Amino acid sequence: MASRPRLSRRALLGAGGAGVLAGAAGLLAARAGDEPAHADPGVVAFHGPHQAGIATPVQDRLHFAAFDLTTDDPARVAALLRAWTEAAAAMTRGAPVGDGAVDGVPLAPPDDTGEALGLPASRLTLTVGFGPSLFTKLGLEDQRPKALVDLPHFPGDNLDTARSGGDLCVQACADDPQVAVHAVRNLARIGFGTVSVRWSQLGFGKTSSTTPDSQTPRNMMGFKDGTANIPGTDAGLLDAHVWVAAGDGAAWMAGGSYLVARRIRMHIETWDRTSLTEQEQVIGRSKGEGAGPGRSREHDPVILAKMAPDAHVRLAHPDSNAGARLLRRGYSFTDGTDGLGRLDAGLFFLAYQRDVSEGFVKVQSNLRTDRLNEYIQHVGSGVYAIPPGVREGGFWGDTLFAKFA
Amino acid sequence: MRSLPLLALTGAVCVSALTACGGSDPAADPAALTVVSTDTACEVSQKDLAAGSHTFTLVNKGSKVTEVYFYAPDGKTLSEKENIGPGTSYDITVTLPAGDQQIGCKPGMVGDGIRQDVKVSGAAAALDPRLVKAVADYRLFIDAQVADTVTKSEAFVAAVKSGDVAKAKELYAGSRFGWESVEPVAESFGDLDPKIDAREADLTDEEKAAWTGWHRLEKALWTDGSVKGQEETAEQLITDLKDLQSRVHTVDITPASMANGAKELLDEVATGKITGEEEAFSHTDLVDFKANVDGAFKVYELLSPVVKEKDAALAGTLDTAFADVFTALKKHEKGDSYVSYDTVGAADRKTLTDVVNALGEPLSKLAAAVA
Repeated sequence: MASRPRLSRRALLGAGGAGVLAGAAGLLAARAGDEPAHADPGVVAFHGPHQAGIATPVQDRLHFAAFDLTTDDPARVAALLRAWTEAAAAMTRGAPVGDGAVDGVPLAPPDDTGEALGLPASRLTLTVGFGPSLFTKLGLEDQRPKALVDLPHFPGDNLDTARSGGDLCVQACADDPQVAVHAVRNLARIGFGTVSVRWSQLGFGKTSSTTPDSQTPRNMMGFKDGTANIPGTDAGLLDAHVWVAAGDGAAWMAGGSYLVARRIRMHIETWDRTSLTEQEQVIGRSKGEGAGPGRSREHDPVILAKMAPDAHVRLAHPDSNAGARLLRRGYSFTDGTDGLGRLDAGLFFLAYQRDVSEGFVKVQSNLRTDRLNEYIQHVGSGVYAIPPGVREGGFWGDTLFAKFA
Repeated sequence: MRSLPLLALTGAVCVSALTACGGSDPAADPAALTVVSTDTACEVSQKDLAAGSHTFTLVNKGSKVTEVYFYAPDGKTLSEKENIGPGTSYDITVTLPAGDQQIGCKPGMVGDGIRQDVKVSGAAAALDPRLVKAVADYRLFIDAQVADTVTKSEAFVAAVKSGDVAKAKELYAGSRFGWESVEPVAESFGDLDPKIDAREADLTDEEKAAWTGWHRLEKALWTDGSVKGQEETAEQLITDLKDLQSRVHTVDITPASMANGAKELLDEVATGKITGEEEAFSHTDLVDFKANVDGAFKVYELLSPVVKEKDAALAGTLDTAFADVFTALKKHEKGDSYVSYDTVGAADRKTLTDVVNALGEPLSKLAAAVA
């Protein structure tokens, strides 16, 4: 297929806008491909030492998808990751996939599905990970990092296999839901024949902030969520708790991270019938301000001893977990109702860490006695190795797959 | 922004699918084209033709059974119709490439026959002779599949009319196979398709009262366990299928329409068969599934010499993807048919969906590769 000039989604937006701007938009279209990514506040740089979408300031919308391999050939997976990388690099800068959604070969379906035409990049980030089963299926067990453990069964888990696991995952975050959905849809389409979609989840209303100066968002229980999160701007904390270091084990993971994804259903109706005092005691913070007991401001350091012994914040706090910390970027979800008239809603929990055993497993084990467990249930689960960022000319996971490419 | 690509699309269809444009010239009334075969002559009504698609009426005014052949400029057969009885006529649509070529009649169906030179000129000159042959061969395939479906439906209908439920059930899925293998072509007759292949779930209450076709009989057989009172519906199915058989030659076929038809066959699988909606009562969906894929594979096979040359990577992908679908289907074979689809579990349905997606996506690029 002949390559043709690519039409920037952002340029299209410009062209549809005020007439005064039309000329400038035309110029943008002509050189959208070689613009430095940081020139546009709506564009998050795709290339770098770490994948975007982890320490990146949390966008408002999510489309997360888990895929299963339909091949056991690492070369085919390498080829897919290269194709995905090319498409992702284009989409994250606001450009369509391949030859675009229009003006291509008339008799062929367009390379890009087109529903993001005219929309800005919307700070889209795409983050790829590998599940434990990928290493088994491809005969790469010797490359599986020790830190990528299979999660144990936690008390109270009611996991649905149809919403759990997956050989690969893609986290798409954007400020516009259509941009995030478009990204996953196009990657799924490129992947037919090599991977198949196992499950996916839409999320809205980020529940964890990675930017300390912005307001802490609220989850579906009405509480501020993520007050004590690892800030994406704190290089020291990121190195200590999030990024895999060169000496941590599997060499190909240096600069990467590990992701735990949990679909946490909330028993919304019973929660809503719980008194404010009870709600605040269960969480361990006030509902309005988000301050801990005995404190008046959200960011005042909490006094664990003043909380109930089984308060959620107390049990999840680093001081209760030998200093274990996670970088959370979860999203609320509402998938209509469940057929019994109950809202199928909750938190799609996404947490990044340097070592799964030292991170999520440690904290979640400590939440065994959490009073919040009466109001929530973990119904989906996934754990993934997130390879390091892509360098110019490289592809997702090339530190593992380069020899097959 | 919207009108431009649409305009471009309309224009491009005509440039790429040359045959469609040749046939759509209102000045050339296709009904006016005749080839009259007698015992001693072969009269072609017009010997100066524009390249592209034409419908000829073949008339046998002789005393012997005859055949009519259309030869390409290189002498190979473009298209043919055998067994035209004395006093009968037959419509055939042929895509003619530019060049000096011949039309021949063979009274008695022996020897070289009587030939007429015709001159074909115009824009279709660039059409690859391999594609012209692919179209002609696909026409033969359609004819054979429709004939097969008529023959097997006659046996099926006979069982229905004799009230033999067991026998009718046994013959039901097989009678549909030919239809399903050329479904996009068969469906192009908007008046016949609903009479032949309508599903109960797609009908309004009013339409249900007049519901005919295979699925009406399917419901009677599997749900009611009786075909009493269905004799008329059974008879109507044969009438409609024979109507299809007599008109299927008038469908305009181009390499692009073949390729798009193959993609549509996979769409049929992906939307109707995977879910088990097509055969809601008999659960013989896997037979339709196989017929759809066979039909798509036939198209690919016919177009593959050109595809391999123009887009070797696509050909490689399609070879693998077709093989994967056939392998996945094989698992569910039972005797010379397939297991009931309601016994296929969720995991196997997912596998079937995956291989269909893996084939459907590259297959959607076939039309562009041969255009």
